[in-house]
Amino acid sequence: MNVFLRYAVPVALGIAVLALWEFLVRHFDVPVFVLPAPSAIWTALVENFGSLMTSLWTTLSVTIEAFVLAVLGGLALAILFSQSRAVENALYPYAVILQVTPVVAIAPLILIWVGYDRIDLVLVIVAFIVAFFPILSNTTLGLKSADHNLVDLFRLYGASRWQILWKLQLPTAQPHLLGAMKISGGLALIGAVVAEFVAGSGAATGLAWRIVEAGHNLEIAKMFAALALLAGLGIAIFSALSVLEWALLHHWHESAVRKTT
Amino acid sequence: MTSFLSLTGIAKTFDTGVKALGPVDLNVQSHEFLSLVGPSGCGKSTALRVIAGLLEPTEGTVSFASGKPETAFVFQEATMMPWANALDNARLPLDLKGLARGEANARAGRALERVGLGGFEKSFPRELSGGMKMRVSIARAIAAEPKLLLMDEPFAALDELTRQSLNDDLLKLWREDKLTVIFVTHSVYESTYLSSRVVVMTPRPGCIAADIALTAPENRDAHYRLSAEFTAQAAKVSAALRDAMQAAT
Repeated sequence: MNVFLRYAVPVALGIAVLALWEFLVRHFDVPVFVLPAPSAIWTALVENFGSLMTSLWTTLSVTIEAFVLAVLGGLALAILFSQSRAVENALYPYAVILQVTPVVAIAPLILIWVGYDRIDLVLVIVAFIVAFFPILSNTTLGLKSADHNLVDLFRLYGASRWQILWKLQLPTAQPHLLGAMKISGGLALIGAVVAEFVAGSGAATGLAWRIVEAGHNLEIAKMFAALALLAGLGIAIFSALSVLEWALLHHWHESAVRKTT
Repeated sequence: MTSFLSLTGIAKTFDTGVKALGPVDLNVQSHEFLSLVGPSGCGKSTALRVIAGLLEPTEGTVSFASGKPETAFVFQEATMMPWANALDNARLPLDLKGLARGEANARAGRALERVGLGGFEKSFPRELSGGMKMRVSIARAIAAEPKLLLMDEPFAALDELTRQSLNDDLLKLWREDKLTVIFVTHSVYESTYLSSRVVVMTPRPGCIAADIALTAPENRDAHYRLSAEFTAQAAKVSAALRDAMQAAT
């Protein structure tokens, strides 16, 4: 019953809101270029299904590439930080600067340096910059959070640095890393979309460009359709990473323990 | 006769300037069960860490009769890896030493059985009670077949019944494996029950205030806890501890 309610209530609420939206648009005769009805958005989605799916795939592949690079890069740098305080002190401030500088402001520079002819690379780089920092920051914290008594125990048994990293620090950092991945997955998508807006020409053909294009042509229903797909993509990424987190943590970590009461 | 373990003029001052320990001279014989008793913050744990080699003493030397023996350490908290089950936790020292997985599993499994946890190999720490976690911690300690077992208030957080049953199990392991045990506690009764010798320490910086040899029977049980002999020895330890505290103030 509880499980049923958990899914039934939000779904029912969503349907009710859509129905109200449809009703209000029809009742007050709202022009389609101001606010299209859900039915009109659906029609736009079906009519432009081919081009929207191609764009979805473009945005998705940019997001995934950037995300994978962010996870690998963030993890590698965090491991380096955990092994050498000097490297951490030297590089961490620059990672912070990269993080706090608004990506919209950096994107045009990257576009100029990398060039319009390699627009996909520009998108991946911008999305990477946005997604990278949470991985680095959280994993660094996680690697340092190993139980001090366990570290002593490892040392007592003559463990090498590598063994401490592999058998103690990385497992300790696993929940931190997985939590950061849930944030970075969404950020990678945002980064990809921002980069497409900045690129702002037909060279980029992802969902964000479809939105810009539809806006120029006053095809508001198509804008909403692309927007809905973007939101769906974000939800799908978050869900996939939540499932991954559960799969890796549920048998031991407090966060994933089902309350029995 | 050379001692199994000798501390000579051991002192430890931390970087913060806190003088925690010493100077301490102490000889420990093979197969002794020695308790270090003293008030909180008297440097008992520091002494234990120095003996384990986890902490460099500021002064003095630690020497062993025949090279550094296989040493195990049990902390006040069970200190388990939460992502690993009981067997994997008990196997840790063997893994770190690079033992083949099959052999290591067999030895860790045997260690768990010896502490009464046969059948709990696949249980994760969060599924075990405090007492059971401490048993895994002891299984991990004996899995590597140590000669020297260092214990830092291991049963302080447990309820009285669990503590007494772990006391008896520990004595059994001590006898069977011919272990040398150095046991830190602030409980007079626990130290009296377990030890063949009790060393009483002063408040910070911890120095040895009294060194009391006990005459306990080899086989101790619930009756011994209530005997006049036990009470008399506990009174002796208790008096020494009181003297040490008063001398400091």
